[in-house]
Amino acid sequence: MQNKKTVISMKEITKIYNVGGEEVRALDGASLEIREGEFVSIIGPSGSGKSTLMNIMGCLDVQDSGKYLLDNQAIESYSEEELAKIRNKKIGFIFQNFNLLSRMTAFANVELPLIYQKVPASKRKELVKEALAQVGLLERSEHKPSELSGGQQQRVAIARALATKPSILLADEPTGNLDSKTGEEIIRLFKELHKKGHTIVFITHNDDIARQAQRCIRIMDGRVTEVDGV
Amino acid sequence: MIIQSVKMAWESITSNKLRSFLTMLGIIIGVLSLVVMVSLVNGATGAVTDQINSLGNDMLSVAVLDDKGVPLRLEDLQTIQADDAVLQVAPSVSAQMTAKHGYKDAFVSVYGTTSAYYDINGLELECGRFIKTVDVENASYVAVISKEAEEELFGDDSALGETLNISGRAFKIVGVLKENDSMISMMVSGLAVYVPYTVESRMAGQPYVSSFCVSARNATDEAEKAVKDYLLARFAKDDNAFAIINISSVSDAMSTVTDTLSLLLGGVAAISLLVGGIGIMNIMLVSVTERTKEIGIRKAIGAGRKSILMQFLIEALMLSLLGCTIGLVFSWLILEIVSVIAGSITFTMSFGTVALAVIFSSAIGLLFGLYPANKAAKKHPIEALRYGG
Repeated sequence: MQNKKTVISMKEITKIYNVGGEEVRALDGASLEIREGEFVSIIGPSGSGKSTLMNIMGCLDVQDSGKYLLDNQAIESYSEEELAKIRNKKIGFIFQNFNLLSRMTAFANVELPLIYQKVPASKRKELVKEALAQVGLLERSEHKPSELSGGQQQRVAIARALATKPSILLADEPTGNLDSKTGEEIIRLFKELHKKGHTIVFITHNDDIARQAQRCIRIMDGRVTEVDGV
Repeated sequence: MIIQSVKMAWESITSNKLRSFLTMLGIIIGVLSLVVMVSLVNGATGAVTDQINSLGNDMLSVAVLDDKGVPLRLEDLQTIQADDAVLQVAPSVSAQMTAKHGYKDAFVSVYGTTSAYYDINGLELECGRFIKTVDVENASYVAVISKEAEEELFGDDSALGETLNISGRAFKIVGVLKENDSMISMMVSGLAVYVPYTVESRMAGQPYVSSFCVSARNATDEAEKAVKDYLLARFAKDDNAFAIINISSVSDAMSTVTDTLSLLLGGVAAISLLVGGIGIMNIMLVSVTERTKEIGIRKAIGAGRKSILMQFLIEALMLSLLGCTIGLVFSWLILEIVSVIAGSITFTMSFGTVALAVIFSSAIGLLFGLYPANKAAKKHPIEALRYGG
């Protein structure tokens, strides 16, 4: 495991928000490392800064201080337009409430990040089919999100994250809006993807789900503590 | 990327058809009024200009109002014709007289003139011939009548070779003119009968040329100056002693008036297009707010500012161009209907008007789409994702 390449390296990351004139230290010197092929859960109560950590990890936000290397690239030096490109190429987001575009079919939703990557149409079709096949929803590709169950919607979202073949899959409470049985299915899907070599990081506040990961990182008041090999 | 943006814009426009239509309505009405008004003015201008031109665009009409005791004679017209700027001169002395044929009679305008009148006024013969120089020299009792006069006095029969009685004198009809379809020339000349100048002046007991017409060799302005100089010299430098009507200056004035009119109406229509543009901006702003979450998702999965800006800008552009197209179709329909109703005048959309409408509505779409699109592009992905849950 140790000889694997480091995908994410965070050192002393601090993020301060100004809420009503008062400073809130969402992250206070958080450090962590994630290597290629790992399956990591980040657990913490609400308000612990796990969403902020996730946003920075996913290049949606930039830290105030500290060093963040994604694939050995320092993120803080990039412009917004370049960050968008990095999100597009290296990160696959999976959200708690799926965040699919309701007007589009499953196929079109999965296709979207590839369009922003300017992948030619024929290649796009191939990649979308591949991604949908991985989550077992190929036969539902022409359905709109409203015609799919919650678990299916989340799987479409996972396919969307997989389509660009990113360095890392980032999931923010992926089971939060699902019943426990469907949640289990999603976690099982994550495990399968992990076996295929994908690097996966997910956030949860549920200990049982967190324990299913290979490694568990606990976050509390903006500080990170590792709970290795739970 | 552009194709994708167009596709996305199309999806979003069709996903809320009623709203899109209402948004486009401003542009539709704007384009409609712009195109219809400008086309109507152009059509009317064209018709009126044609009428004026049919009177003879390169012709001057001169009337002597006060002869100062030195009236013009036919020989004097030869002097005017000798000028380089002047091509031909013909007297056009007229009098209202009663013409009779058999039991029918009619009130006609009798023009005493010479052969040159035919060319100067661009007349066309249906049959026979026009007055010849010999007729003028011999003071022959011959007449050329207009088609309208023929219909009035002879009905369906041919007047050629028949005899016409004017003020108790018998005239042999040697020619019939073609029907003139110009309304104005019809109004001006009435039921015209042309006789040799010498005959007319004898009948009227007045051997002077009180009015004549001149055709220009090149520019009518030059001819006008030549005639004016001659008459000023003749009538003791009194420019109230005569009047020169330059038809081309009339049509110039006419086109100035109609140009101003189409500019004015076009301007009013442009304002309604502008209002339409504000409507687009309004709805685009609502749409951007409504789709905050969508913008957040798109940004999270890798859409840059430029892509988002493009998407909304193209949507605004498409809305206005779609409105423009619908407006053009309706304009075409209205103009067709108006043309049918108006009968003699046809109103058509000129390429220039269509191009103006398209360019103007694209400009409006871009202009009023820019602010909402920029607002969408600037949204922060995290805040946008959090919007509405």
